[in-house]
Amino acid sequence: MSVRHALLALLSEGPKYGLQLRQEFEATTADVWPLNIGQVYTTLQRLERDGLVESDGSSGEGSQNIFRITPPGEQELTRWLHAPTDMTPPPRDELVIKILSALRVPGVDVQDVVQAHRRYVVELMQQWTHLKEDDTDFDLSFALVVDAELSRLDSLVRWLDSASSRLKRASVEPPVQSPGPRLRRRVVVRR
Amino acid sequence: MSLLELRKVTKRYGEGATEVLAVQDVDLTVEGGQLVAVMGPSGSGKSTLLSIAGTLEEPTSGEINIGGAPVSAMSQNEKARLRRRSIGYVFQDFNLLGGLTAAENVSLPLELDGTPAKKARAGAMMALQSLDIAERASHYPDELSGGERQRVAIARAIVGDRRLLLADEPSGALDSLNGDAVMRLILAACKRGVAAVVVTHDAQLASWADKVVFIRDGRVVDQTVPPPSPESLLAQPPARR
Repeated sequence: MSVRHALLALLSEGPKYGLQLRQEFEATTADVWPLNIGQVYTTLQRLERDGLVESDGSSGEGSQNIFRITPPGEQELTRWLHAPTDMTPPPRDELVIKILSALRVPGVDVQDVVQAHRRYVVELMQQWTHLKEDDTDFDLSFALVVDAELSRLDSLVRWLDSASSRLKRASVEPPVQSPGPRLRRRVVVRR
Repeated sequence: MSLLELRKVTKRYGEGATEVLAVQDVDLTVEGGQLVAVMGPSGSGKSTLLSIAGTLEEPTSGEINIGGAPVSAMSQNEKARLRRRSIGYVFQDFNLLGGLTAAENVSLPLELDGTPAKKARAGAMMALQSLDIAERASHYPDELSGGERQRVAIARAIVGDRRLLLADEPSGALDSLNGDAVMRLILAACKRGVAAVVVTHDAQLASWADKVVFIRDGRVVDQTVPPPSPESLLAQPPARR
């Protein structure tokens, strides 16, 4: 999560105090990601050092300073918004590692391991869904955050489902031994 | 009292080498007001289970009670009456009759059950109103959007005094927001005391349920426990502005 760029986005609306930025950041992210005021000022100081924001600095103490975005700050914000978030290499996902590890452990039913995680994720999804049950009391930021979390959890269930199907198929049809050397495929990412 | 109770239900197709156990020893109880999702992959037996719960298919063994009455003791006529009066079905592809208007589709189950046409029509309009689609009552299915057709299908499933709603992949090919809308409607019916069972492979749909039952190879393998307060998800309670 880029607090730095989120603060630039809030400052693009006009000059603001540090405390106000914290409140608006939390409101924008529907209070799902609380932000420490110290983190706000440290980030603002770095942004100022890099010339992306400026403050009037009149009162000396950060809490009374008004911050405004500079033209280089606006350029940086636009660049960040349009730059795809780097998702390579794949994150080292503990769930995936756990299922892969379960395959190696004698006496463990991997389907049971898959199911334990599937149930947990669906239970989490029930809680998130409960939050959006009453859509009359539902603001846009909050709806987007809940949708994002439900989509993320849903993708885990889908992966667990496909893992379950693959495991079932593999238990019926043992893997065929490849005659030649194993082809190692690498994911090459063009920068 | 449980509105739906399945005890040790088994369904076997074929014999000998071709025998397939579609459903094995399934126990399932659904109370009035409760929404239960049955989740499993294709071929796991969930649709067969729903057909058995809706008395559309007979189990090979086991017992089914609907509204406290054992289905095994009912004649074919009594079962047909139960289906017309007490059970509503929602299918993936809506199954609306193309030659009938929305209102006629919804009033049909009442008319088949002997309700006079005028009264059936009034009941249909009430159901359509409860789903905010009364203004489309005189339109034919091909004049309605996918979301509207599904609303009509749900109206047909809850029209009259149906207490048990059975839905098979009820969001069909709808997008996730329309899928949410479908589940909200089913949940609203549950709040009025209807017991609902939704079978799906979709975790986002299933997550609307009070309880999710997982089925694999015809057997119930697991179920969710009632979730704690959703506020526990968040570092602090969500702002409601």
